[in-house]
Amino acid sequence: MIEKKPSLPMWLSGLGAVTFLSGCKGVALLDPAGQVGMHERTLILIATLLMLIVVAPTIFLVLFFIWKYRASNTKSRYDPEWAYSRRIEATMWAVPFLIVAVLGTIAWFTTHQLDPFRPLESQSKPVTIQVVSLDWKWLFIYPDQDVASVNQVAFPSGVPVRFVITSASVMSSFFIPRLGSQIYSMAGMQTEVNLIADRPGSYDGFSSQFNGPGFAKMDFKALAVPDEEQFEAWLAAARASPKTLDSMAYKDLAAPSNSPVEYYSKVEPGLFHSIIASFMKGATGVDQGMNSMTAEGSDNVR
Amino acid sequence: MFGKLTLDALPLDSPIQMAGGAFMGVLVLAFIVYLVRTRKWSYLWKEWLTSLDHKKIGIMYMVLASLMLVRGFIDAIMMRSQQAMAYGPNQGILSPEHFDQIFSVHGTIMILFMAMPFIIGLMNIVLPLQIGSRDVAFPFMNSVSLWLTWAGALLVNLSLVIGEFAQTGWSAYPPLSELRFSPESGVDYYIWALEIAGAATLMSGINFLVTILRMRAPGMTLRKMPIFTWTSLCTNMLIIGAFPVLTVTLGLLALDRYLGMHFFTNDGGGNMMMYANLFWDWGHPEVYIVILPAFGIFSEVVPTFSGKALFGYTSMVVATFAITFLSFTVWLHHFFTMGSGGDVNAVFGISTMLIAVPTGVKIFNWLFTMFRGRVRFTTPMLWTIGFMLVFTMGGMAGVLLAMPGADFVLHNSLFLIAHFHTMLIGGTVFGVFAGVAYWFPKAFGFQLDEKLGKRAFWSWLIGFFIAFAPLYVLGFLGMTRRLVHYDNPAYRPWLIVAAVGVAIILFGILNQIAQLVVSIVNREKNRDNSGDPWNGRTLEWSIPSPPPPYNFAIVPEVHGIDAFWEDKRSGSPKRPVEYVDISLPRNSVIGILIGAFSLGFGFGMVWHIWWLAIPCLIGIVAAFVARASNEDHEYEISAAEVERIELDRRARVG
Repeated sequence: MIEKKPSLPMWLSGLGAVTFLSGCKGVALLDPAGQVGMHERTLILIATLLMLIVVAPTIFLVLFFIWKYRASNTKSRYDPEWAYSRRIEATMWAVPFLIVAVLGTIAWFTTHQLDPFRPLESQSKPVTIQVVSLDWKWLFIYPDQDVASVNQVAFPSGVPVRFVITSASVMSSFFIPRLGSQIYSMAGMQTEVNLIADRPGSYDGFSSQFNGPGFAKMDFKALAVPDEEQFEAWLAAARASPKTLDSMAYKDLAAPSNSPVEYYSKVEPGLFHSIIASFMKGATGVDQGMNSMTAEGSDNVR
Repeated sequence: MFGKLTLDALPLDSPIQMAGGAFMGVLVLAFIVYLVRTRKWSYLWKEWLTSLDHKKIGIMYMVLASLMLVRGFIDAIMMRSQQAMAYGPNQGILSPEHFDQIFSVHGTIMILFMAMPFIIGLMNIVLPLQIGSRDVAFPFMNSVSLWLTWAGALLVNLSLVIGEFAQTGWSAYPPLSELRFSPESGVDYYIWALEIAGAATLMSGINFLVTILRMRAPGMTLRKMPIFTWTSLCTNMLIIGAFPVLTVTLGLLALDRYLGMHFFTNDGGGNMMMYANLFWDWGHPEVYIVILPAFGIFSEVVPTFSGKALFGYTSMVVATFAITFLSFTVWLHHFFTMGSGGDVNAVFGISTMLIAVPTGVKIFNWLFTMFRGRVRFTTPMLWTIGFMLVFTMGGMAGVLLAMPGADFVLHNSLFLIAHFHTMLIGGTVFGVFAGVAYWFPKAFGFQLDEKLGKRAFWSWLIGFFIAFAPLYVLGFLGMTRRLVHYDNPAYRPWLIVAAVGVAIILFGILNQIAQLVVSIVNREKNRDNSGDPWNGRTLEWSIPSPPPPYNFAIVPEVHGIDAFWEDKRSGSPKRPVEYVDISLPRNSVIGILIGAFSLGFGFGMVWHIWWLAIPCLIGIVAAFVARASNEDHEYEISAAEVERIELDRRARVG
């Protein structure tokens, strides 16, 4: 076998790939840990490359023209009356339009595909977690497991998680960057985001919507545990908590403050829906049309 | 007695706010001492504050905008310093309550009291000159607009020392901005400052729209209007369409806060999603209100300094109208993450991307204007080239954000912050600076120092990249906006770099201040007697600098798009045969009086001091009635006087 020295382009592309991949580490949006984030990263990269088809030549032309047609360069052609060319005009409308047509088509399909409300396709049964944004902490209720936690949420990796979200105060936005999409939490309404962690790990989560003086410290950890067993272990730890989340405890929790991680071994039945319903007082028929009631008896944004 | 206002409203415990207030106080005091010393009170009053001359009103708008640029920039310095420091155990220099006010006031000031007055100021100075008119359609209303804008700006700045500003972000989303979550005076300052300034802007919009449509020189058909006039026309259409929405929206929020209503509250059937829709139904057109005139400025600068007619005039006009129309169809892209369905999000995403088409066309128009031209690298042209590079990159980020799928992770991140600063600094601010450098000699009769101007440009351009490139990266690191403190070590180096960028921009601003001072000191040396220092193409360059009060001794006749250029090419402009008497609006104190009453009204409303608010409101109406019942609005410059001024000018040109 003949040993061949790598050519310069090969070498450069290799270097580029290494820098890119190592650069991605720690860059939350370029190093997603789940399928949703993965799709979003691909979308961002494809859209950027498509746009560069127009943007890169444009930037080059700006620099080239100001150099070529600088006033001191009297050798270049000077045509002070030339102000119209059908061919150039047609091109400059058509090319951006074509790019936007392609991007628009991509946008149409990906927007539906990545709709946060859309359940993820998976063999496993999704875990449902109810999320309440409070001033300034996150309450996670596990309706099927009857436990709750504050500022920490756990779920098995490889299993879709259906986050059902509301606010007990101002508007926030529920966001775990490495898993993908965020969605607003709003009082009296229910939103939803479906995420999955394909890799186990501990991921940062926070509100991306400013919501008052405690905003910067309103963060939580999303623990994607490796398997069901460890998820059960986490649930067991929560069940071992001496605290229970009844309406009194909830009232204390809802008072404005930042909060450490907490576990609750029992949750008052229907707490999530009663939080939503608590804002329905005084709502008239007009508003019911706007916030249509869903089968669950809760008020979904849709 | 003083409503909700007590001594507690003074920020005695916050040294930074006190120092800021003291600094402003010293500036105001120094100005007053200067006026008293030089006895320029009556000059200031007679020649400026009560003037209805559109050029002077324009200059007073520019003064306000420049002051507010500095104020808003100081806020930026504080935010960048805070974020460069506040990592881990270090809490930085600002408390959350203070930091939250700063980013709210920064946005409010930069959009409504920096960008808007710059734009409206430039339109005031340039528009009538460009269309060959002696005045705007409603000179008195123009003065009222000016002083209402000043009143709004003063109200925002009063909040620095009396009470506080909103801690809600500049968009003041309810329910956070409702009384339950923001019981202090901050949101009320926000509401009344924007109600007052918003009314001013609406009046300006009506004024300029009528001016453009009704007061053009004979021969200037719509299709012969300069592009700056076209973009101003579209901007004023947008103002008239959008600003009432803001006024009503904030009015509803005020009803919630003052009378316990439930338009946007959590309970009682209120719906904050409605506020988000209404706010951005104003807010997105607002973006184009501040960018379209900048496009117009670039469309004047590029042909002038390329020595060449604008490429694709018709395309430019069509593109401007396309943007105007589309700007009302995209507001939902500010909240793709509110939970609309795939269909709604996708439609708004695609309509947003569509705006990239006419915007791209404009870039190509300027590009091919330079093609086969003779490009002179003057300061206005440098700002324009900087804009073309920066704006194209920012536009790319914008189209990316228009993809709902990408926005789901980029929304509210520093990537978004970087994007809109790229557009607003690269577009509006660079555009305004290009416009100032370009038309300054027209307004004042002498040129700005080119060397300092160029140094300012390079500082701004380099500083801009160093300040905002890290923010794009931080967006990908997952950093969200408005953080007073963070624990992620990866953010820190980028935030320090961004702070360095701000320091470089500061150097640019200092150069601009030096440029102004040096140019005024050397004004005799830099005097432009020709009235046409750049070899211009449009009508404003056909008259002396600064223009006489009546602008045009003889109303010009227009035969082509570049009216003055055609005149220059077809030999020297025809000598006027006969001068006529010219009527001009007399000075009026009513404008500034209405402004003062509005300030009193706003302040009274913020603090629930009804004995102040109600008489001020009556005062506004009474002043207006007094003006309306006075028929003697004009004075006359005789034909002989016009002739004397014109001959004097010819003598100076030599």
